[in-house]
Amino acid sequence: MIAEAGLAALWLATALAALQLALAFGLGGEQGRQVAPIRAVAVGQGLLTILAFAALVAVFLRSDMSVLLVAENSHSQKPWIYKFAGAWGNHEGSMLLWVTVLAIAGAVVALFERRLDERTLSASLGAQAALALGFFAFLLIASNPFERLDPAPLDGRGLNPLLQDPGLAFHPPTLYLGYVGLSVAFSIAVGGLIRREVGPAIARAMRPWVLAAWIMLTLGITAGSYWAYYELGWGGWWFWDPVENASLMPWLAATALLHSVNVLAARGGLRAWTMMLALVAFSMSMVGTFLVRSGILTSVHAFAVDPTRGSFILVLLTLYIGGALTLLALRIADVKEGAPFNIVSREGGLVINNLLLSVILGVVFVGTLYPLIAEAVSGEKLSVGPPYFNSVASPVALALAALMLIGPQLRWRRDSAPILPRLAPGLLIAVVILVGSIILWPAIGILPRLGLVLGVGLLPASVMPLFGRSLRRTPLAVWGMVLAHLGVAVAILGMASDSAFTREKLAASRPGDTVSVGPWLVEFKQVMPAAGPNWTALEAELRASRGSGVTVLKPQSRFFPDPPTTTNEAAIDTSWNGQLYAVLGERDEQGRWQLRLWWKPFVTLIWLGGILIALGGALALLGRLFRERQQRRRVEEAYE
Amino acid sequence: MTVRPKHQRLILAILAIVALVGAVLLAMWGLQDRAAYFVTPSDIAAGKAAPDKAIRLGGMVVKGSLRKDADGLTNRFTVTDGAKETPVVFRGITPDLFREGSGVVAEGRLDSNGLFVADNILAKHDERYMPPQMANEAARK
Repeated sequence: MIAEAGLAALWLATALAALQLALAFGLGGEQGRQVAPIRAVAVGQGLLTILAFAALVAVFLRSDMSVLLVAENSHSQKPWIYKFAGAWGNHEGSMLLWVTVLAIAGAVVALFERRLDERTLSASLGAQAALALGFFAFLLIASNPFERLDPAPLDGRGLNPLLQDPGLAFHPPTLYLGYVGLSVAFSIAVGGLIRREVGPAIARAMRPWVLAAWIMLTLGITAGSYWAYYELGWGGWWFWDPVENASLMPWLAATALLHSVNVLAARGGLRAWTMMLALVAFSMSMVGTFLVRSGILTSVHAFAVDPTRGSFILVLLTLYIGGALTLLALRIADVKEGAPFNIVSREGGLVINNLLLSVILGVVFVGTLYPLIAEAVSGEKLSVGPPYFNSVASPVALALAALMLIGPQLRWRRDSAPILPRLAPGLLIAVVILVGSIILWPAIGILPRLGLVLGVGLLPASVMPLFGRSLRRTPLAVWGMVLAHLGVAVAILGMASDSAFTREKLAASRPGDTVSVGPWLVEFKQVMPAAGPNWTALEAELRASRGSGVTVLKPQSRFFPDPPTTTNEAAIDTSWNGQLYAVLGERDEQGRWQLRLWWKPFVTLIWLGGILIALGGALALLGRLFRERQQRRRVEEAYE
Repeated sequence: MTVRPKHQRLILAILAIVALVGAVLLAMWGLQDRAAYFVTPSDIAAGKAAPDKAIRLGGMVVKGSLRKDADGLTNRFTVTDGAKETPVVFRGITPDLFREGSGVVAEGRLDSNGLFVADNILAKHDERYMPPQMANEAARK
């Protein structure tokens, strides 16, 4: 019954989305165009979608094997957290989660948006409904999550063991909040273009959504990177896998948008460009969904290949992206000129920031889609991996980091004061580090070396915008910017340190043997059996020591009976200056076990940096919302 | 130097186009020799894979071909696509589901003697977890 209720809620929500679209674009006559009924419909659509999603979670928690999706992806003997998270650990469930976030975002806009004029808000809600309608149709026609299975099997096929990890409960929902949060920026841009109202008001309405979505994307990518790092047991934190790129591309576009939307909100500049970025950012979310969900690319995330789904999403994609860009092209002549600015100014810096981010987005986009295009054109199968992305994206990213030494310190409109004194602290430290690193570590590569130099130089440069300000009266948004930029510096340091100083050891050893890696001596004590709720394992005991510090690592080789699968569970020991990472392989005929060990100095800075970036975003978001509230109150008081 | 508004928009548009063209040129330069082609043992036998270029080799691990060197870490095996065979060497821990008689994709290079030196092994998990490329290869047979 629950499944049928969920399906019914989904159909009703679809009908409401259609109604919302019709009302917004005037099919209800002039009266129907009023925003109040549209708001109500959007909220209803959101609530019904939540109901449908709750129904899906319920059938998973109850292990209702008469639902096809549960039977194929769940198992009654699974810890409840994986039954719960398993609801979106599959194609249909994750698409339902996607649409749920989309509908909730629309409902929240309908409930709380007060900055836009009524007509623009109606048009924006209409655009949001158009997006929802397409993806509802996709769910109902090509990926119904509530399909029944008759007769019901005794038990399910289980969840892929790689996905049986707390990361699954956190990573996809966060990423989806980010992906789909960008839909609001898209819809508001469409609304503004339709109503010819592209200006600071649009930017101010869009900004909290861009910030919130960007925070979620940052957290989702950071969490996904750490998850892959400890779960896959390859010691890497970023593989340039198409699915990782699918989350990186919206993040790059959102980062550019985040910066340009500020120029529009504060100075009225970069109007057409900001609208284009808002359209591109959510388009990248949709492209990402297409890449992941069509299973079209070789990837560890590609669960299943289903051509109908791929072509369905492709049609939606063409419709939405093509439509939005056509609208932009038609209306671009009506977009007013922004305020002029000098090239050496905050705006100028942000323009270069946007251009460099766009170049990175461009090369990642081409590299990710090239295998598809090459196969379609010449039939050749190929893959584009780290050698490409590292050599084309990293230099541009480092150029962007170099720009960060100066950009945040420039004034708006024009900056004629001497720049050198403001640059000095960062530059000085950078030069010292460069010379020092060449003397100390002559052998490291050019990219990691530049990363170390820029990372250290950015630490003081990020804090510089606070100088000469009264700290108590500095807006939260500025603190947020400083914190986020510090986070970038920290993350760059982590990446550079990992690629410059990682030590790796591969050994075949017997209990009693000792292996050295970096500063560590690792003694192989023994291998013992271990067991968990739905797996058994062989667990090695490694005693690692350096100087006086001793730690014990227990990497496992796990066996899951349903479905029969073996996985490696890496053991990681975190200390203040890095991580020791151990993987247990198989035993050979002579009783030797394969061991793979890494010492990764300061690798944790990568994820710490990601968290700082997200925290900076959160501060900025709070600051903006708080300030708006104060202003609104002040305006209301003035009227009374 | 303050630019007049009209010119400013023009300059911004030109900058955007330059960035776009730059990105495409950079990408094309990068793709020239950094894309790894997916080959089968038959492709290698036909001389389609140049030595020392990054490629991905796909096929099945021949039953009875897997051996370990005395160091306990170097794996040697043969990959077949049903028609031809290619010898592969890989030093490291093989993935959990790597075994004789099942599908495999190896990333690496061909040396001058026709031996495939793999840096990385991607083994298939279950049917639902098969990389699409390998599924296509399997379907072709």
